[in-house]
Amino acid sequence: MSFPGKGLLKGLAVTMRTMTKRSVTAHYPDALPELPPRSRGVIALIEENCTVCMLCARECPAWCIYIDSHKDTIPATTEGGRDKSRNVLDRFAIDFSICMYCSICVEVCPFDALHWSPEFEYAELDIRELTHEKERLREWMWTVPAPAALDEGAEPAKEITTAQKAAERQGRPTP
Amino acid sequence: MAELVEVLLRVAVVLLAFLVVPLLVGQVEHKAMAHMQSRVGPMYAGGFHGWAQLVADGVKFVQKEDVVPAAADRTVFKMAPAVALLPYLVAMVAIPIGPGLVGQDLDIGLFFVVAVMGVGVVGTLMGGWSSANKFSLLGGIRVAAQLMAYELPFVLAAASVAMAAGTLSLTGIVEAWNPWWLLWQAPAALVFFVAGLAELQRPPFDIPVADAELVFGPYTEYGGLRFALFILAEYAGIVVLSALTAVLFLGGWHGPWEDQVGWLWTLAKTGLVAFVVVWVRVAYPRLREDQLQRLAWQGLVPLVLFQLAVTAIGVVVMSS
Repeated sequence: MSFPGKGLLKGLAVTMRTMTKRSVTAHYPDALPELPPRSRGVIALIEENCTVCMLCARECPAWCIYIDSHKDTIPATTEGGRDKSRNVLDRFAIDFSICMYCSICVEVCPFDALHWSPEFEYAELDIRELTHEKERLREWMWTVPAPAALDEGAEPAKEITTAQKAAERQGRPTP
Repeated sequence: MAELVEVLLRVAVVLLAFLVVPLLVGQVEHKAMAHMQSRVGPMYAGGFHGWAQLVADGVKFVQKEDVVPAAADRTVFKMAPAVALLPYLVAMVAIPIGPGLVGQDLDIGLFFVVAVMGVGVVGTLMGGWSSANKFSLLGGIRVAAQLMAYELPFVLAAASVAMAAGTLSLTGIVEAWNPWWLLWQAPAALVFFVAGLAELQRPPFDIPVADAELVFGPYTEYGGLRFALFILAEYAGIVVLSALTAVLFLGGWHGPWEDQVGWLWTLAKTGLVAFVVVWVRVAYPRLREDQLQRLAWQGLVPLVLFQLAVTAIGVVVMSS
């Protein structure tokens, strides 16, 4: 049925119906937002996994990753053996005022040293203070959520099978 | 002496209502409009759901610098907010909310209120002219065009109900009111409300302050307390228009237990109309200048002339 003024009444009805419903406002500072588990809040670093391969720093399109390292010599354990050398990470910093959250560094890291954390409350009053050092990046690692569960019936991850086989060889009970 | 005290008391009550009720309407607008748009509106000022938001706004406005543009006509520029605001205060004096509960009962109350409400628009016009700013001037001209177009149906709608009641006294009109007038005077009520909205430049008739085109129309150059006065005038205008619609067309204090709580009925009806003012603002987009003029001259004026004829026939039939 159509009559003059029907559209006007419809407009009033829509606003009135919206008023009786709950508003969609996110009460952010009072209530924390529910972020999806893989949201790109901040990049966290597991220092122990980093081998200073510099892949992340080189792939970064914004050049926002700073890495300093030095070579450390481990003396040979056996007589006449060769001294081993390894890289020691001195500085790992990400300038989040330049970072564009493209995720290339996280994807390119061959040793899973970089992860996305949903943490986002790291605003600063000075742009220079947005360069965060490895200690801060390590702390954010605690806020990284566990990886999503595998699909039902999926093959277990390669690392897990390898670890289980190694444990069996040593005669330790496996879970 | 007692007479003087009574006059002072009445003036004080009207002044208090004038300062408080527009703020209430403003708060209702903040919250109702927010929820109609699925927001929550102010939440912090005053602690509980932002009830003191407008008080906080007022404090902020008072702290602002008093700026008058160099090229402005200083006297007119400074007078404009007062000219815009005071008529509504004066109009409030004559609006009854209960039998005898009125600032000053005038024999020609309706005539007085309608005349005084027209003056309010002059304040906006003065602001637009004296600001020496093209946006202000264009806004002022639009205000003038709008006033010309809508004053006529506004006054004719008021005349219709005065004809029906056979008096110009607002108290007299309410006393003559009958529930079936809701039907008989329905077109006049509609025209009165719509034309009133247009005179107050309330959305959807806010083309004079259309922010996308004219910054803020006649108020562009105003800031601080003067700006606050213009905004207060807008809300006081809503109160006066709502109260007038309630008194003229919705029967004022008529309702169950009107002998005891008649004044509550008037206030409730006023509040309802004020809510509709807010509701209409949220629901409808702004009318274009040509649509605005067409609605007045091709819609409201013929409708209200038809209403006048119907009222005249009704009066003649009933008196014979």
